[in-house]
Amino acid sequence: MNFILIAVAVLGAIGLIAALVLYVCSKKFAVYEDPRIAQVNELLPGANCGGCGFPGCGGMADALVKGADAGSLDGLLCPVGGTETMGKVADLLGMAIANGEPKVAVVRCNGSCELRPRIAEYAGLRTCAAMHACGAGETACGFGCLGCGDCEAACQFDAIHINPETGLPEVDDEKCTACGACVKACPRNIIELRKKGPKNRRVFVSCVNKDKGAVSMKACKVSCIGCGKCEKECAFGAIILENNCSYIDFEKCRLCKKCVTVCPTKAIHAVNFPAPKPVVTIEEGKEA
Amino acid sequence: MYGVMIALLPALLVSFFYFGIGSFIVCLTSVVACVFFEWAINKFMLGNKQNTILDGSAALTGILLGMNLPSNLPIWIIIIGALFAIGVAKMSFGGLGQNIFNPALVGRCALLVAFPAQMTSWPIPGHLFDYTDAATGATPLAVMKQAIKEGDVSVLDQLPDAFSLLLGDHSIGGGAGTIGEICGLALIAGFLFMIWRKIITWHIPVSIIGTVFVISTLLHLANPIYADPTTVILSGGLMLGAIFMATDYVTSPMTPKGQLIYGICIGLLTVIIRNWGAYPEGMSFAILIMNAFTPLINNYVKPKRFGEVPASK
Amino acid sequence: MTSKTFRIGGIHPEENKLTHEVATKVAALPKQAIFPLGQHIGAPAKPVVQKGDKVKVGTLIAEAGGFVSAPIYSSVSGTVFKIDTAIDATGYRKPVIIINVEGDEWEESIDRSDKLELVKDHPELTSEEIVNRIKTAGVVGMGGACFPTFIKLTPPPTAKAECVIINAVECEPYITADYRLMMEHADEILVGLELLMKGAKVTRGYIGIETNKPAAIELLAKKCEEVFKGSEYNVEVVPLKQRYPQGGEKQLVDAVIQRQVPAPPAIPVNVGAIVQNVGTAFAVYEAVMKHKPLFERYTTVTGKKLAQPGNFKVRMGTPMKELIDACGGMPEGDNKLLAGGPMMGKALTSTEVPICKGTNSVTILSGDDARRKEPQPCIRCAKCVGACPMGLEPYLLAKISEVKNWEKAEQEDIVSCIECGSCQFTCPAHRPLLDNIRQGKATVMGIIRSRAAKK
Repeated sequence: MNFILIAVAVLGAIGLIAALVLYVCSKKFAVYEDPRIAQVNELLPGANCGGCGFPGCGGMADALVKGADAGSLDGLLCPVGGTETMGKVADLLGMAIANGEPKVAVVRCNGSCELRPRIAEYAGLRTCAAMHACGAGETACGFGCLGCGDCEAACQFDAIHINPETGLPEVDDEKCTACGACVKACPRNIIELRKKGPKNRRVFVSCVNKDKGAVSMKACKVSCIGCGKCEKECAFGAIILENNCSYIDFEKCRLCKKCVTVCPTKAIHAVNFPAPKPVVTIEEGKEA
Repeated sequence: MYGVMIALLPALLVSFFYFGIGSFIVCLTSVVACVFFEWAINKFMLGNKQNTILDGSAALTGILLGMNLPSNLPIWIIIIGALFAIGVAKMSFGGLGQNIFNPALVGRCALLVAFPAQMTSWPIPGHLFDYTDAATGATPLAVMKQAIKEGDVSVLDQLPDAFSLLLGDHSIGGGAGTIGEICGLALIAGFLFMIWRKIITWHIPVSIIGTVFVISTLLHLANPIYADPTTVILSGGLMLGAIFMATDYVTSPMTPKGQLIYGICIGLLTVIIRNWGAYPEGMSFAILIMNAFTPLINNYVKPKRFGEVPASK
Repeated sequence: MTSKTFRIGGIHPEENKLTHEVATKVAALPKQAIFPLGQHIGAPAKPVVQKGDKVKVGTLIAEAGGFVSAPIYSSVSGTVFKIDTAIDATGYRKPVIIINVEGDEWEESIDRSDKLELVKDHPELTSEEIVNRIKTAGVVGMGGACFPTFIKLTPPPTAKAECVIINAVECEPYITADYRLMMEHADEILVGLELLMKGAKVTRGYIGIETNKPAAIELLAKKCEEVFKGSEYNVEVVPLKQRYPQGGEKQLVDAVIQRQVPAPPAIPVNVGAIVQNVGTAFAVYEAVMKHKPLFERYTTVTGKKLAQPGNFKVRMGTPMKELIDACGGMPEGDNKLLAGGPMMGKALTSTEVPICKGTNSVTILSGDDARRKEPQPCIRCAKCVGACPMGLEPYLLAKISEVKNWEKAEQEDIVSCIECGSCQFTCPAHRPLLDNIRQGKATVMGIIRSRAAKK
């Protein structure tokens, strides 16, 4: 019996002393952190994707609290959580938020295996970065998509995949959070974050080839040849032709699609629009 | 891989000559089991489209595992050993090139710990047609351990002389062992072949054997209950371990200096475990312990960079 | 003869010097010559001609675009067709000047005679004058790197030049252009060496040659003895063991004067050596003594399946296709076209790429040689560590680059890599080591530059 009592007493004493030491340390060496940071961090999605531009959700929470103290939350947006999350955070911090337009990643190249023929076989390390450093790639277009999937590897949301038939990446707009990882990964800056648009509709030039028209046509059937017809057609001044390639400014574009009809190489794409209704012609003088 | 297998041929053939059908069955089972497990794990658990069994690494693990086992080990135990070696020590770490520990040694040590009785009954060479019922005897290492424990030098008289140990002729009593460790000469032949074909470099085997030689000499001179250095080197799995197991690419350091440090530590640990540890054989444990230190050695022992050398004109 | 070599790493690829004894032929003039504006390290040159201008051989067509730059001279006479873009040796379309060739009229200022001009006969050639003529002529490193030579001859104030080392090693397989140049123009090369030594204000010179060229060693040693005997210059021919990359600048300095250049940003002149390719020495002779700007070079066109591989004296701007046709045309089947040798050459997707200042060889690998084998897992055999001439750990650098850990890559000295390819050549598992290390090195160098710019 004695042994048990002694054992219990000794162990109990050790436990008490250890607890005391830990308590003193936790008080003496405590780092003060604003409790709001932890609360904001709770509201954030926790994906740590870096799309906000800060190192993880912890970094963003820190920035948000600092912003609240400075007086404004402008420029701080979590693309994954979107307006909903920002609203909750703003409520917690007692601030108003600026409304950010949702964006989505857009692949600006349509040079599929069929439309942009291969002229050589690349036998090296199959990443876009390596192929880009080696030369123009397997086709005659030195600006187009290389199809090795660096963008797919960079995406943490499973939102972009290379289509094995076309050799081009395809973005799933439901999953895309516009974090920008694929934009950074692409060595040719083919992917751009553009406004998602009303009803998920958008118009963009699916080509970034800066060679002269004759050269780019030889390389790819649907390249932008820099003819300028779209620039002339646009009533809203949204299209700029620079370096033999057109670019549509998504802030100014009204989705009228006139540029799509005039483009001779079908390089301008209109996404998620309803199919045009079949035109019915009524002949004069005939009864139904 | 296949170069190493050719280097192992002399030792294998000598073992078959001494241990007979038992050794052949053990080695064959080990190889077949290892290759099978690698194929099965690759196909069913990892879903790899390509199967890596043709690169020879599984077969080599099988041969080395077999050479570390006594020739009377039942087949079912060998299969468990192969599963451990390939499944736990190699595939679970990520397959070829990713394992931390030498798979054959992990298999052998797992068996030693799980089946100590079967793993420490050593058949005497010469009984060519006996398998699991072969007559057993003491190994030179067991004799040396006994001498140290009893503090009695005369026990060492039971040991075969160094020359017979070299050739593997254990007809003069007290000469059993695992399949691979029997003939030092055959192992040395394999070593020379691998050096010639540039499969391995001299650093690891020479540093291990050198360290053991030096320390054994010092111990022997201090107290004759410790066996003389040539006997120590030629007995047990030291030669096999130093030449074939410790030089495994995946688990050994990447720089010559690192390899020397690795070898010296293995030699040191082997001597310590053999003389003062519980087990008579310390080589496998020494190698496994140093395998764990290899990443650390790789991190701190860097090759001499170009330009670090000051002008020597 | 005892031969020296560098102290760390190295490999022994097969020599394949198919054109060793093929005498140099003068290549036919092309119908159209293409001059990329970026034929050297540094800012691209700026065109000074426009469409329709008539030019002669040796006319300036583009001036230097900055301090680290070089002018470009026409190698043909004719009319400027257009200033456009075309594929050059980078694999991309870059700005070029295209000239339609008419006749072969040379600028009068160029001395076309064969008379060997000696430095002692030209008292007007001070060090400054020599460097100036080299700069005006647009001479750049002809070994492939194309660094403007006049800058190398004027080291920064922190470094003092002690010797000039001529790189006549030609360690890359297949290439024999430098060897043929030595056998056919040894006298001019030695005058070029003297000019370089005078321009750099040194009196010590070395010529490093690999032992697989015994005739060249013998010839140059004899001529050095005759030419420099009794003069203020001390020139030695240094036979070097046959090993790759013996011709790498840093390895050459280590082998010849036993000094190792420290990690970048250090350069060979920091240990007192100025290294120049033997082709550059010849170009210096022609530029200074014959007033001939750089527009011509010796190029090897070779490949196992090529019908008649050969060495050519070719005008720059000639599309590679013309040379390949002169050798019997592209072989049947799959081919890999390299500008340079099989170790450090660049694979091209077009035969229209022109010969430029740094194109020392056009190598065609055919069939199985053209393809890579399937990479296997790394088994940590450490053969790459043994092969690396810079004492690095390629397996580690490749892995770190793959996982994009740039901080660790910088710590592991990835910027010291000279991209020689020894690691990838040696790897028994055919792993793309150099491909990954190149990515890592480029990214880390970018990070270092932006860090320095921020300061």
